[in-house]
Amino acid sequence: GPLSGRRLMDVRLGELPAWLATRDFSPRGLLGGARKAWSSYYHKYINVKRGGPAGISMLLAGYCLLSYGWNYQHIKCHRWRKYH
Amino acid sequence: MNLSFFDQFASPCLLGIPLILISMLFPTLLLFPPNNRWIPNRLSTLQSWLIHLITKQLMTPLNKKGHKWALVLTSLMMLLLMINLLGLLPYTFTPTTQLSMNMALAFPLWLATLLTGLRNQPSASLGHLLPEGTPTPLIPALIMIETTSLLIRPLALGVRLTANLTAGHLLIQLISTATIALLPTLPTVSLLTMSVLLLLTLLEIAVAMIQAYVFVLLLSLYLQENI
Repeated sequence: GPLSGRRLMDVRLGELPAWLATRDFSPRGLLGGARKAWSSYYHKYINVKRGGPAGISMLLAGYCLLSYGWNYQHIKCHRWRKYH
Repeated sequence: MNLSFFDQFASPCLLGIPLILISMLFPTLLLFPPNNRWIPNRLSTLQSWLIHLITKQLMTPLNKKGHKWALVLTSLMMLLLMINLLGLLPYTFTPTTQLSMNMALAFPLWLATLLTGLRNQPSASLGHLLPEGTPTPLIPALIMIETTSLLIRPLALGVRLTANLTAGHLLIQLISTATIALLPTLPTVSLLTMSVLLLLTLLEIAVAMIQAYVFVLLLSLYLQENI
């Protein structure tokens, strides 16, 4: 189909810059994109009849990684300490 | 740079932008909105079971007027529970370790219960300052003691939550540091310390849930006296 109508996972790697150019980067567009992403994750992994721990564990693992990224500037100093 | 054990409680900041709002709002993402279906997904069922359990437990001792507080108390309980439990994951920040946040939660709610009591039933509220059956000579002293105990309640609420969580996180950090430091030299002692660490983590999970419950339970008790 046309480039602007496709989802991120359906876009080929070479077409990525062109696809990004068709996206809406205003605050409203970003919010809509975030809401759509959350809704598709929720409906695929959590809002299923026989869900397991996987859906929410992926979310929590992502949160841990995000927190690590936020604290990286502080944590990297631990590498050079002599006594921990 | 001074790296100490208290650095884990520093408010998170990225390029000068405080991230504490995100850490406080993230737990709300994990509380999924209720489905319109009769049999929703497993997580929603679990969540609604938990909320029903909490609401029943908190609202049973309260009279009809107190049930107006159901939304505030239940949502407070869910928020504290999620914040405390999420803080036990690695590298995450626990907003309830900050005294400012706990005082901001405890003080207005306690004041609301006090003012409700003083406004609607002033004599009954003030009557709580003197327990029944006290000997007459003791009355002045007891009134002062009860007033102090009343005024110290918000401080106690806030500091209790802060101190419990801070102490738990610090202990985890200390014992894990000890385990890793002992590993090259005395592996057996390190293994012993690791079993202590496992038990401590279980305790911390329990404390996280209990402290949230105690906070809200005490608020509901203060409400019971005054409504």
